[in-house]
Order: sequence, then C-alpha cells, then structure tokens
Amino acid sequence: MSQTIIRDRIPKDELLASGHLACPGCAAPIAMKLVLKALGPQTVVTLPACCWSIIAGPWPQSSLRVPLFHTAFETAGATASGIKAGLVARGDTETTVIAWAGDGGTFDIGLQALSGAAERNEDIIYFCYDNEAYMNTGIQRSSATPWGAWTTTTPVGEPEASPKKDIVGILAAHRIPYIATASVAYPVDLVQKVEKARTIRGMRFIHILAPCPPGWKTQNDETVDLARQAVQTRVFPLFEVENGTTWRLSMDHAGEPVAPYIRRQARFKHLTDEQIERIQTEVDERWKRLEIRVRHGG
Amino acid sequence: MKKVMIGNHAVSWGVQRSRVEVISAYPITPQTQIVEELSDMVADGRLASRYIKVESEHSAMAACIGASAAGARAFTATSAQGLALMHELLHWAAGGRLPIVMADVNRAMAPGWTIWTDQNDTLSQRDTGWIQLYCETNQEVFDTTIQAFRLAETVDLPVMLVLDAFFLSHTSEPVDVTDQEVVDRFLPRREARLKLDPEDPHAFGALVRPDAYMEMRWQQQEAMREALRVLPEIEKDWEALTGRTYGAIETYRTDGAELLLVTSGTITSTARHVVDARRDRGEAVGLVKVKMFRPFPTEVLREALTGASRVAVLDRNISPGHGGIFAEEIRSALYDVPPERRPRLFGYVIGLGGRDVTPSVIDAVVDRSLEAAEPEREDLWVGVEL
Repeated sequence: MSQTIIRDRIPKDELLASGHLACPGCAAPIAMKLVLKALGPQTVVTLPACCWSIIAGPWPQSSLRVPLFHTAFETAGATASGIKAGLVARGDTETTVIAWAGDGGTFDIGLQALSGAAERNEDIIYFCYDNEAYMNTGIQRSSATPWGAWTTTTPVGEPEASPKKDIVGILAAHRIPYIATASVAYPVDLVQKVEKARTIRGMRFIHILAPCPPGWKTQNDETVDLARQAVQTRVFPLFEVENGTTWRLSMDHAGEPVAPYIRRQARFKHLTDEQIERIQTEVDERWKRLEIRVRHGG
Repeated sequence: MKKVMIGNHAVSWGVQRSRVEVISAYPITPQTQIVEELSDMVADGRLASRYIKVESEHSAMAACIGASAAGARAFTATSAQGLALMHELLHWAAGGRLPIVMADVNRAMAPGWTIWTDQNDTLSQRDTGWIQLYCETNQEVFDTTIQAFRLAETVDLPVMLVLDAFFLSHTSEPVDVTDQEVVDRFLPRREARLKLDPEDPHAFGALVRPDAYMEMRWQQQEAMREALRVLPEIEKDWEALTGRTYGAIETYRTDGAELLLVTSGTITSTARHVVDARRDRGEAVGLVKVKMFRPFPTEVLREALTGASRVAVLDRNISPGHGGIFAEEIRSALYDVPPERRPRLFGYVIGLGGRDVTPSVIDAVVDRSLEAAEPEREDLWVGVEL
C-alpha cells in the first residue's frame, strides 16, 4: 500500500501531543495516536494503572488533547461505564467513552470489571494494548504472556508455563456487538476498525498487540516489523467478531513460520528448536479453530 | 408528606428528592432495601436516574467515581464487607475530590459471618478522606441524605452517611418527606467546578511528584476544615425550610451534668431515656451525641465536655489492640484542656455484632462511671462472658 493511500485514509488531526513519556520503540503511543485520529476530539479516555499512566505525563501535563481520567488498576470497565452514564445523565449522548488498558489491567486484575461492563453491554469502547507482561513494573508475567517467554517472574530456569489467555474468546462469549484485533503494523486496518466501532452502540472491545523493546528484548526500530510478523505468522491474526457469532478475517495471513519471529526476541532465546516447534503447533491449532469460527460461526 | 418507613427507605427517599443522576450499586444485607426501592423509583419514573447494576461494590464505587468526574450527582449504598471491598476506591473518590454520597448501613465485619450492627466497617475507613455522618432516627437519615449532597458539593469531598443495621435500617418510623420544590430550593442541580468535558480537556489523577503531592493533601485537609465551617450554615438553611436541625454534635440535658454520656447512632435514643430517668431521680447526668466523625468536631466537643467531671464514651466498635475508637479520639480532643478542668474519661466497648444495648446496660455504665474513683487503664468491655 502506497504512502499516499495511507495518508488519505488516516485523519490528519493529532490528538496525541509530542513529548509523551513512552520508551523508544514503544507500540503503545502509536496505537493511541491512531485510535484518537479515528475517534476525534469528542472522546473521553479512562486509563487504569498501566504503562500509559506514565506515558500520558505527570501532573500538570497531559500528552492527550482529550479529557483523561486516571483510575485504579482493576476498574477500567466500571469507571468507563460510570463516565458514560454521567455524560448521558447530563444530556451528552454523543461523546465516545473509551477505556484504555494494558494486558494486566484487562486479562488479569481488571477482568471482573470488564466482564461486568460487557455483560451489561455498556456503550463504551474498551481497548487493550497488549505488551504481554507487566512492563510498567519491570517485566513480570501476566496471563497474556505467551508460553515459554522469559520475564522477571518467569526466569529462564522456569519460563512461562501457561499459554496466553484467550481474551477475545472470553469477550466473544459475552456476545457483545463488536470485537476486533488490530496491529500498529496495519494502521489503515486499525483506523477503519476503530471508525467502525465508533458507529456501533453498546460494548466494543479492540485488542491491539503492542511490542515492547525492553520487555521483549528487541531493538527499538523492530517494533512495527515485529507487529507485522506477529500477524503474518498467525501468532496475532487480525479479525473481527460481531455479536460473538460472526467471525471475519481482516486480510490474508501468509502463515510464515513462527521460528524467525520467536528467534529475534531475546525473551525467547533460551528456547530449543523443539520448544519453538511446540509454539508453531499451538499457533497452527489456534488458527484452525479461528478458521472454523470464520467458516461456521462461533 | 408524612410516611411511615424503614430507615433504608428513608435513604431512598432522600436520594429521590436529591434528584441523583447516576446510581451504581450491588446488593448486600442489610443495605439492599435502599437500592431495591431506588430500582422501583427509577422504573416507575419517580426518579430520572441512570442505574448501573454492577458486579461488585468495587465496581459500584468505580462507576460512581466515573459518573461524578463527568459532572453528575452520584450515589451508592453498601455495608460491611462491601465497604471494605471498596476501600481503594474510597481513597480515589476523596483524593479526586468527587462529591459522591454513599449510605453505609453499619454492619459488623466477618468472620464469623454476621449481619448485625456495629461501627467497625465505617470506622475502618476513617482515614480515606470521606466525611462521615452517623444518624439516630429515620427522619435524620432522610434529612442527612439531602444535606450530604449539599455538603459534598460545597467542599468537593465525598460523604458517607451512616445508619445502624436493623435498629434503623429495618425499623419503621414516621418520616416527613419534604416536598420536592422545597428540596430543590435547598439543593440545586450540581455544577461541577471541573469535569470530563471534551470542550475543555483536562487530565485527572495523573502522576504527581513529591514536590506537589503534599499540597494536594493539604487542600483536602482544608476542604475538611471547610466542611466543619459550612455544616452549620447548611443546617440553618434546612431548618429554615423544614424546622429540623441536628448539628455536628448534639447536647441533651447537659446543664450542670456531673457525668456526660457520649454516644453515636441508635444507642443515643436509648441513652436519652436513661438520662431522662436519671434526671427525674435528681442525678446530674447528660448526653452528647456525636453525629459528625470526620471531620472530627474537636472544638465543639471539647466545649461540650469540659464542664463535666466525668465522661463515659459508649463505643459500638473496637480498634483491636487499642480501644474504643470514639473514646480514643475524644481523649485526644481533651488533651489540651488544663488538668483541673479535664473530665475523667471512661471508655466502654459495647454492643458489638448487634448485641442489644438496653437501658439497663446503659444504667450499669452510668453507675460504674459515677462510682469508680478512676477509669480503668483500658476501655471496659461491657457484658462479655467467657
């Protein structure tokens, strides 16, 4: 896709200011920048504890040009529900309210409030930018950490023993109107999904993989390519789910082998070829299940 | 309009008259009737409120925080374990200067499982930055609910109004439900000084460094002082409209008293009868009811208690390893009184877990406080059998 097409399809307004505090090469501000371009200025953001609690900037500054409410770690779904209710009670039915949480705040500590908001079909968009561990506290495993990965709490002698939690499956089981996965490597697809989500009423969930150079032990300039490779290896396929039943792939996924993707991340450097083959098998199996849901509904 | 109603419904009616815009709640005995009645009021159109039926008390408070930050008037209710689960968010509401009002029906903490009253649930939240008001009657519960919103929105602090499990929550009394137009004059629509507004974007609750954190807490402390200052004005306005007033504390037959009982909640009503009987017998016994626990009304309490030679504090709570919590706070308040004028303070731990505090129990407290030469070194536990 040419640069011209990308420029034409992505709104020019910048609602993320320069001077934010993300690490070099972090995918999280790229994701936020694109999401806010798609949503526009009539948006309120609530952030639980996550890397973005820092990225947004300390008082009295803010790197966002939209209202931002920092909230407790486990409460994003509930706080966003309350903000929406408060705005509606005051006659504002148009402002988009989003929760913007990391994987810890979504997969782990915030899962109950997220499930509550999903079950009530709250009129909010919940974004999870997923860097696959507690990166803000210095790289501890979460239930989004993939099998075999090193973190400071899953050291090389005992690396992560559980597969990544199927958060989209959990949300799909709530039969919410819209779920999408998205990638900073495919900005047009990401923006289009967010624009689509904005027009839907009820609970929407968008899961964005966010490579993290210090946590994944990769180079700063590899982030977007890693995100692309995660999609093309089918480690993180891009798709949409409507009402929990209609599953649709967003593009062709080449099915590149996972080994090069794994090998370039030093968090996996202790893995043997056999262990990487196990990851390949898991990815293939998950892809098969996804294809079945795309073909037959789920 | 006079209606006979239970204390829980007095809260609901106060919330309805306050035109609360967002309710978020989770059921817990003995609070549940508050939110059940509010559900009916919303369903039949008596109250135009968004009602978020959340999956936990924790989310109830988080949703109130979000709604209040968006500029709406928000309410929830809870008890005991539910309040404890909210603990982190109580700090968030107060530190965020959000004027949420919450009713807590005082219930003792488990284990073992209990649903009956004592004050340990709310007193455990003493240092979260919430204003706390303890009520004695259903009329006071109704009036305080409405006053709580006015107070909260005046000083930008959350308010917890507190009523005893069963002795108030489930007990029927006549309540004068003030007309809506009267309440509207007393409590106008909320105008938030700052809110989540896309037209005027701000960040709320961002990282704050050591060079500014203390100033924020200082402002919270100033707001607490302001709450002490404005409560009498708010009560005066309410009195002008309804003829009813309560005060941060209330003195009852204290003139020339040798012994003053200090109570809060429904024990106060029982103590009034004991005081009346003792006065009839010519004994110089009076009563001070403490309604406002945070901010602590140090000055007025010191003034009220300094005249007596003996003070007996009845604490339906215990700080394990220390003593009755009201007694400890009052000892602290009296420390600056010169020794020759400082009353002897007798502390009694009483009625935990809903144990009945009858007139004869209070009589025993009065007798002992009048007869003993000096207080015990530790607060006495009344009626404990081992």
